[in-house]
Amino acid sequence: MMEHVPIAHVLMVTSTMFFIGAYGFLTRRNLVTMLIGVELMLNAVNINFVIFDRYVYPDQIEGHFFALFIIAIAAAEAAVAIAIFINLYRNIRSIDVEEVDKMKY
Amino acid sequence: MSYVLLILALPLSVFVVNGLLSGNLPHRLAGWLATGSMGIATVLAWLTAYNYFFQSSSYEKIIPFRITWLRFTETLQIDMGILLDPISVMMLVVITTISLMVFLYSMGYMQGEKGFVRYFSFLSLFSFSMLGLVVATNLFQLYMFWELVGVSSYLLIGYCYDKPEAVAAAKKAFIVTRFADFGFLVGILLLSYYTGTFDFTEITNPENAAVAGMTGISFMGLSVLTWALILIFMGGAGKSAMFPLHIWLPDAMEGPTPVSALIHAATMVVAGVFLVARMFPVFSFHAPEALDAVAFIGAFTLLFAAIIACTQTDIKRILAFSTMSQIGYMMLALGVSGYGSEGLGFTASMFHLFTHAFFKALLFLGAGSIIHALHKNDIREMGNLRKHQPVTHIVFLIACLAIAGIPPFAGFFSKDEILSAAFASNPIYFGVAALAAALTAFYMFRLYFLVFWNNERTYEHTPHESPVIMLIPMIVLAIGSVFAGFIPFGNFVSSDNQPLHTHLNVTIAIISVMVALLGITVAWIFYKKESSLSEQLSNTFGALYHAAVQKFFIDELYLFITKKIIFNLISRPIAWFDKHIIDAFMDFTATVTNWVSKEIKGLQSGQLQHYAYIFLSGVLLIVLVMIFTNT
Repeated sequence: MMEHVPIAHVLMVTSTMFFIGAYGFLTRRNLVTMLIGVELMLNAVNINFVIFDRYVYPDQIEGHFFALFIIAIAAAEAAVAIAIFINLYRNIRSIDVEEVDKMKY
Repeated sequence: MSYVLLILALPLSVFVVNGLLSGNLPHRLAGWLATGSMGIATVLAWLTAYNYFFQSSSYEKIIPFRITWLRFTETLQIDMGILLDPISVMMLVVITTISLMVFLYSMGYMQGEKGFVRYFSFLSLFSFSMLGLVVATNLFQLYMFWELVGVSSYLLIGYCYDKPEAVAAAKKAFIVTRFADFGFLVGILLLSYYTGTFDFTEITNPENAAVAGMTGISFMGLSVLTWALILIFMGGAGKSAMFPLHIWLPDAMEGPTPVSALIHAATMVVAGVFLVARMFPVFSFHAPEALDAVAFIGAFTLLFAAIIACTQTDIKRILAFSTMSQIGYMMLALGVSGYGSEGLGFTASMFHLFTHAFFKALLFLGAGSIIHALHKNDIREMGNLRKHQPVTHIVFLIACLAIAGIPPFAGFFSKDEILSAAFASNPIYFGVAALAAALTAFYMFRLYFLVFWNNERTYEHTPHESPVIMLIPMIVLAIGSVFAGFIPFGNFVSSDNQPLHTHLNVTIAIISVMVALLGITVAWIFYKKESSLSEQLSNTFGALYHAAVQKFFIDELYLFITKKIIFNLISRPIAWFDKHIIDAFMDFTATVTNWVSKEIKGLQSGQLQHYAYIFLSGVLLIVLVMIFTNT
């Protein structure tokens, strides 16, 4: 059934997803919202891996494995990120990204 | 004869043990450890000498031990080993014997001093290095031990490191000899570059074609070989305090007196003589010009130091200048010597080295005994000590007679041979040597009469005779000073290792005894009692006397050359270049880096999203570039 959908369509969907994520990451002040943007970008890439695997090299499964790895790492990354947010909040009572600017010259 | 290795190993292990445990060893144990092992080494050295000289008929070069220490290429390798031939065996005996006496003496002299264990560990290091030097099989091993004796001399001169003069003297001794050793090193490299070997047996072989080939290459009027030998002699002159590299020796008297006796009188300072003797066949066969230089420097230093010694007032400095003068005799004798049956000068030089070690060490130990009792060095503040120190008086008198060359004491025989050799070579050298003999007798008996006769002075406390442990070595050395001259030295030590039959030259013996007696008589008239004669004499020679008291301004000349000329003309321009060109370039790069970083540090804003923007823009840029370059 997937074969009936042209690859360009799928790629347009994933590109849109990616840039929505990037836009969210760059414009939102709230760190949690930014994290959601990152997740969107990751998932757009995931779909790309699966689609390219399916359409370009149908007899191989490396793309699927990459997708699985990325899901696992994204989970870990989310856990670490949220732990950082909680600590940030405990320290400065805010998770506004513009107030986190201690690490400068 | 592998036990020869033990002679070196014993002092080395004492150095290691005493040096590592210096804080934890009781003084007496450390002292007896050092003295005891030196005693064993002395017995072994005498045994070596007995086996070498009396158990075999011909005195060949024997190498009982040799290892390859560094192998660079198939042809270039550096060995370590032990070479026994008449001069090295003779030196082994001298060094171990004098060391043992000085070690024993130090047990009394240094008693209760703070760095007692350190002192003995350095002294053992010195003995080890000096023994390694004389048995070296090749020039490079000799050079290494040469530097080691320099280091131990430095450490021992600076033994009282809280005394600024001692520190300055130690540095001076080290730097001056190091400067001379630079010439030595260049000479070694030059010689080995052309001959392809460091080995003494090969270099000193008269049939060696490579050495002979070096005479054919000429540089600035002299052959390359002559230059190499003159450079090597420069190292020897530095160590042996020959003019003009002698300036460190009088200052080196800041070290403890037993150290002066061992290092700066009997053993280390004759290393230069030993070096020339070791290379003697090369000098004699291929480079007579270099040998002339040796003779000239020796004769000059001989007279120069003797004149200065007549005017000094510090007991140890008089002995230091006397040492320089006596080493001048040895160099002169080597310089006028021929090879084989003409080699009287060589034998005389080694003979004088042997006898000089005994009576000069004795003089220093005697001076140490006096200083130990009085705690001062100035002979004008001494007098009538024969009442207080009878034993020191007797042994000191024996040493004075020996150095003045009065028969039958040791110095007479060796000096007679030197005078004969000088007479056979050049009457001027003979005149210089005879004049210096008179001066030697004069300054030694000036010292003797001023210290042991003359007027009673007021002392802080009555001077006492030294303890037995200090008297025993002095008595042993006194016996040596009396009898060492009767050894038929030419039968054992000669330039070609064949027995050389020397006989007393009666005419010259009479002349040398006459001049010595003249010197003694003048000293007796001047200094036996308080008299104004000496002042009248010094007033007659006003300018000369003043110059001699100031050691002919050589120290001032050195200061002028270094401070005024070298510092201003060479060091300051180099310092300017370093500061204004090299440092400035480094400063410039640092300033630029600093400025750039100051300008761009605003980019590190701490705002996460700024970074993300820049990162993303970069990625997009790369993507665009890739797209447009691929199509």
